[in-house]
Amino acid sequence: MKNRWIALYVENQVGVLAKVSGLFSGKSYNLQSLTVGTTEDESVSRMTICVTSDDITFEQIKKQLNSMVEVIKVIDLTNVPIHMKEILFAKVLHCSVEDKAEVFQIATTFKVDVADIGEDSVLLECKLTERRNNELIALLKRRFRTIEVVRGGAVAIESISTSCR
Amino acid sequence: MDITGRKLFVKAMMEEGVDTIFGYPGGMVTDLFDELYKQDDIHLVLPRHEQGLIHEAEGYARATGKPGVCLVTSGPGATNIITGLADAHFDSIPLVCITGQVPLPLIGNDAFQEVDIVGMTRSITKYGVTVRDRKDLGKIIRMAFHIATTGKPGPVLVDIPKDIQLESGPSDYPKSVQIRGYKPNEGVHIGQLKKAYKLLKSAKKPLILAGGGINIARANDIFDEFVTKMQVPVVTTIMGKGAIGTSNPYYMGNCGMHGRYAANMAVSECDVLFSIGTRFNDRITGDLNEFAPKAKIVHVDVDTASISRNVVVDVPVVADARTALEKLSEWAEPKKTTAWIARIEEWNKENPLEMRRDKGLSPQMIMEGINEHFKGAIIATDVGQHQMWATQYLEMERGGTFITSGGLGTMGFGFPAAVGAKIGCPEKEVICITGDGGFQMNMQEMATAVCQDAPVIVCILNNFYLGMVRQQQQLFYGKRYSATCLRQHKECPNNCKGPGKDCPVYEPDFVKWAESYGAKGIRVTNTEEMNAAFEEAKKNKKTSTVIEFMIATEDIVLPMVKSGTAMSQMILK
Repeated sequence: MKNRWIALYVENQVGVLAKVSGLFSGKSYNLQSLTVGTTEDESVSRMTICVTSDDITFEQIKKQLNSMVEVIKVIDLTNVPIHMKEILFAKVLHCSVEDKAEVFQIATTFKVDVADIGEDSVLLECKLTERRNNELIALLKRRFRTIEVVRGGAVAIESISTSCR
Repeated sequence: MDITGRKLFVKAMMEEGVDTIFGYPGGMVTDLFDELYKQDDIHLVLPRHEQGLIHEAEGYARATGKPGVCLVTSGPGATNIITGLADAHFDSIPLVCITGQVPLPLIGNDAFQEVDIVGMTRSITKYGVTVRDRKDLGKIIRMAFHIATTGKPGPVLVDIPKDIQLESGPSDYPKSVQIRGYKPNEGVHIGQLKKAYKLLKSAKKPLILAGGGINIARANDIFDEFVTKMQVPVVTTIMGKGAIGTSNPYYMGNCGMHGRYAANMAVSECDVLFSIGTRFNDRITGDLNEFAPKAKIVHVDVDTASISRNVVVDVPVVADARTALEKLSEWAEPKKTTAWIARIEEWNKENPLEMRRDKGLSPQMIMEGINEHFKGAIIATDVGQHQMWATQYLEMERGGTFITSGGLGTMGFGFPAAVGAKIGCPEKEVICITGDGGFQMNMQEMATAVCQDAPVIVCILNNFYLGMVRQQQQLFYGKRYSATCLRQHKECPNNCKGPGKDCPVYEPDFVKWAESYGAKGIRVTNTEEMNAAFEEAKKNKKTSTVIEFMIATEDIVLPMVKSGTAMSQMILK
């Protein structure tokens, strides 16, 4: 079992997202994240999907996706050079003055922006890889009592000459 | 010149060469029905229930090879076809189902008879779509027929809101469509097929496993040619029954849960299993770890997703059965298989397929009677014990049509499917083999058979029970017959463990029931009566004949493999 990524070109039509996500729930595939948006061609949407599965199930997932009429193309991103980022907001609540200083320190270390700040809370805006986001959340959880996290799921695109996942 | 959506709908049906529509009217499709009223080329069949309707369309499609076309209204009309969609999806039956829908502006308002039928059926259709723009209507209907009938066939649902039916728009109906996400496999990778052939050629104990794909591709003749040239033994799945004539000397019977002992032993002992057009369903494989343990496996299938899904295969070949078999047949050279075939025949002698012949009529005797009296007939079955007995004992000529619900196992399928087959092939004799339970699930379709002049011969094997479940209770649940006795009344003791002399009478009286439809009803308790009934049924060309066979109440289907155990571990007695 490991994480794998798929880029999926689909028709930009009503119900396609439901059909794709329905495949994962209906067949008990382990969906980690799914993001979707239109491409340069407005009739086409591109999804970035992260699943956890073994090799055989993953092959089956790709085949099942391919057999959908609304799916135009399936690209396995698991072992190819890509750029992948995930948007994440993390709000740290009930901060003391010392806490705030630490959040700023963490922000500098992780190279993320402080998007907003209040009397006793700080909002971090992150555009990191999924793994880096996981590490950040783990750290915040360890250090602070109350945090609020919103994750956007990964988006990925094939590399030109460098890569980052 | 622009035309209304309803006019374009009928034009589309004509262009597609549709001769029969199975339709049940309702508020959101009355305009389409009104348009059908004005023409004479397409015959409109009115069933008595939408579930019967879609099974009729399935039977029609299986018997004729053409797509079955269904037309139902929104809401309950649409939800009533859901079981049939799932059935057709499982068994790869081409259907184009048109559902009416509330007008676009009302969608989402919980309008009268509104349901999200496309959403509900997403996982049991090959494709489903709501028409949201009148200008797309023609293209979408063309797409529906194209998708339903190509590649691995299946049901397609087109949901047409009422306002789209009324709106004017382009009158063109496209001859072809390009769908960028849909490219069914047409050719075959010759290198891969050659590899598969070489493996078969090199085998010492080769075995061909033939699935429903051969019947769907109508590749029966070429398959027979290939097998006969190659001299390799063949076993079939239930859906593969009829892929090869049962009298072909290389045919070794069905394998699987209620297959022949010899066929399952052959699967367990073969060194190359050459499978064509099967999904390796759990009823065929049993315990996957014990399935064909000594064999290298070849899998030919038109559906990429079916390959290496349940069983990991050594040589996958993505191809339509006919395309592959045409090539294979070119290459085929005889193999020395005499010793191997003798071994399979030995297994068959050790544990032949046989039922008792002592006390009255046994299901085997009924199947033998059907074999004798109705050669070349189309046979449709329902689901349950009778279905298994039919797959075990029926003889099929090459290309004979055997229509059964294999994947979904839909009780209530058999009778309407038979009626639909008769509507599609009026010149053929159509037999429905059914049980007393399943028949009652859609017996209202007798009215359709009567009104459509589509007489069928219905053989009800009546054992007073939902026999297949009762068999499980009998063997694995200490005879606790929970809700499987169809004579059970409210007053009956709760802990009943079988029939006794105080049991209530059976309802309904199928003979009287048949007569109430103007059909012929005959009750049969022994072989003489059976033969007379069959003769009578043959003569009765005008109306349907319902023959109720009073069979033993507690007969079980043998051999059997307990669900999830190895195929070589058959329960024989």
